[in-house]
Amino acid sequence: MAKITMREAISQALWEEMERDEKVFLLGEEIGVWGGTYAVTKGFYDHFGDRRVKDTPIAESVIVGAAIGAAMTGLRPVAEIMTINFAFAAFDHIVNEAAKMHAMFGGQMTVPLVIRTPGGGGRQLGATHSQTPDAIFAHFPGLIVAAPGTPEDAKGMLKSAIRSNDPVLFIEHALMYQVRGEVPEGDYTIPIGKSKVQRPGKDVTIVTYSRGLDLSMKAADKLAKEGIDVEIVDLRTLRPLDMGPVLESFKKTNRAVIVEEGWKSFGVGAEIQSRIYEEAFDYVDAPIKRVAQKEVPLPYNRTLEQLALPQVEDVIQAVKEVL
Amino acid sequence: MEKNQYLDIYHQMVLIRRVEEEAAQLYQQGKIGGFLHLYIGQEAVSTGLISARKPQDHIITAYRDHGVAINAGLTARQVIAELLGKATGMSKGKGGSMHMADPNLRLWGGHAVVGAHLPIATGLALGDQYAGRDGVTICMFGDGASNIGWFHEALNLSKVWNLPVLWVCENNQYGMGTAVDRASAVTEIQRKADGYAIPNERVDGMNVMEVHQVSERVFDYIRSGNGPYFLEIMTYRFRGHSMGDPERYRQQEEVRCWQENDPIGIYQDHLVANNVATLKELNAIELAVIEEVKDAVEFAENSPEPSPDELFKDIYVETY
Repeated sequence: MAKITMREAISQALWEEMERDEKVFLLGEEIGVWGGTYAVTKGFYDHFGDRRVKDTPIAESVIVGAAIGAAMTGLRPVAEIMTINFAFAAFDHIVNEAAKMHAMFGGQMTVPLVIRTPGGGGRQLGATHSQTPDAIFAHFPGLIVAAPGTPEDAKGMLKSAIRSNDPVLFIEHALMYQVRGEVPEGDYTIPIGKSKVQRPGKDVTIVTYSRGLDLSMKAADKLAKEGIDVEIVDLRTLRPLDMGPVLESFKKTNRAVIVEEGWKSFGVGAEIQSRIYEEAFDYVDAPIKRVAQKEVPLPYNRTLEQLALPQVEDVIQAVKEVL
Repeated sequence: MEKNQYLDIYHQMVLIRRVEEEAAQLYQQGKIGGFLHLYIGQEAVSTGLISARKPQDHIITAYRDHGVAINAGLTARQVIAELLGKATGMSKGKGGSMHMADPNLRLWGGHAVVGAHLPIATGLALGDQYAGRDGVTICMFGDGASNIGWFHEALNLSKVWNLPVLWVCENNQYGMGTAVDRASAVTEIQRKADGYAIPNERVDGMNVMEVHQVSERVFDYIRSGNGPYFLEIMTYRFRGHSMGDPERYRQQEEVRCWQENDPIGIYQDHLVANNVATLKELNAIELAVIEEVKDAVEFAENSPEPSPDELFKDIYVETY
């Protein structure tokens, strides 16, 4: 096992899939000559050339639209949307075209498409560039929404996404590109649509995903010193949602905290919380808590921004409240 | 062109007209739900275009798609069955009027959100360019679509990447009930293509032979690697935007004027005047079409409804 960054893991997945399958190609803003805004595709243009690494105009709808059309003809495009905030400019093409093409024509068409996009706040980019709107996209049947929280999962799930015949929105967290983790050598895949226990424990279940995993792991380390044994279930994919490991864990601990970076209202936590109440009500020993972003457009000022974003201390406090 | 090709074009135009007239009746009988946008009056546009395509050429269009579906090779049975929401429709009754497609015929829909399929068309063309195939993508849309952002993103990219796509604006003078000059800063839609350095021309969309001949020439141009091309095809829909259109936005006199310019009548005159076919031969085609559509309606009405377990099918390809 090699210890590499999230950025390297994603980059390796793309590189290896492009080497493996000539039908895989990349398109997006500044992914080629520039090397990627977050340097994920650094070196790709020189190696694969402009046929397979396509710089696009700043025009998100046609980036996704072109990727959909190419996918319908049998190619496997990986479109990069520079940040998930710009995915709103391509919203129709993601949720109204890509997500519906297979069902709407009675299964005649397939859209083997991946849209990679970094999201999340915490970098003082202001209100329009710092959002975590994952739940909005997860609302739509027909779309896959993946959001891995470790380099190992990111590499394995991105490979699965590229090989999948369904449209996948693959959400990365911009603050996590530098996070390191162990990644298996060689070619491997990790299935889409499977939650995973990332840390076993017995006292409280934390359900989280993406950067929430990082916060939760740190919180769990601190809580362990106080003798509180936390189990962490990483959703990894928001749609389709795999509640199996969540319910299994909850039936053991009877207490849960859900940690997400998006706003609490109508969010991922709201969905998980109600599913637990619906499917494991008899096991509930305490009200399920949600840790999420404060209900404000994210401010630029660093102190205010951090005040709005969920912190390790918020997770620790919520865990103590449900105990 | 051989005589049978001329007659086939006539057959397609008459078949579209008859299918649409029948669809209007079925709608009024409550057998067709949702929206129904009829192609009556515009038959020469898609018939002229698609009769000039090669089998490897893609077609993608907007929601006024029944005629395009027939031109692409779908049967009257499949079209009417889909309109009736039956399991035997090409989209298993899940698409309806606005979502007719058959990838085997390279007909990629039938898209209901105005202008949203233009970016997708660039991708179909990119698929051919990437694979080194010589297909042309024909993307049809209305005048109203030229005002939405997607139109501009798609035209721009098609030129920047030199994609083999033919942009076809079917200018039927109204985006729903809004006349072109009330919605578009330029009323000659073709001029918008100038902004993207895409060669363009205007065509008489009531004359199927003119559309066919221009299309043949333009397909060759695109197929030779010259990049995108833009046609503004002038036409008129004889019926309302959809069923239940009060048509307060246009004068009956204007409608009558265009109806005298019926594309089927013009083509009939052309065939007879040039001794390609006799009126008797054309009349025989019309009678055959009446039977063909009658059979299609019977087939569709006797077809099964989709079974309830169809509800959860075809949402995803993979199992998760």
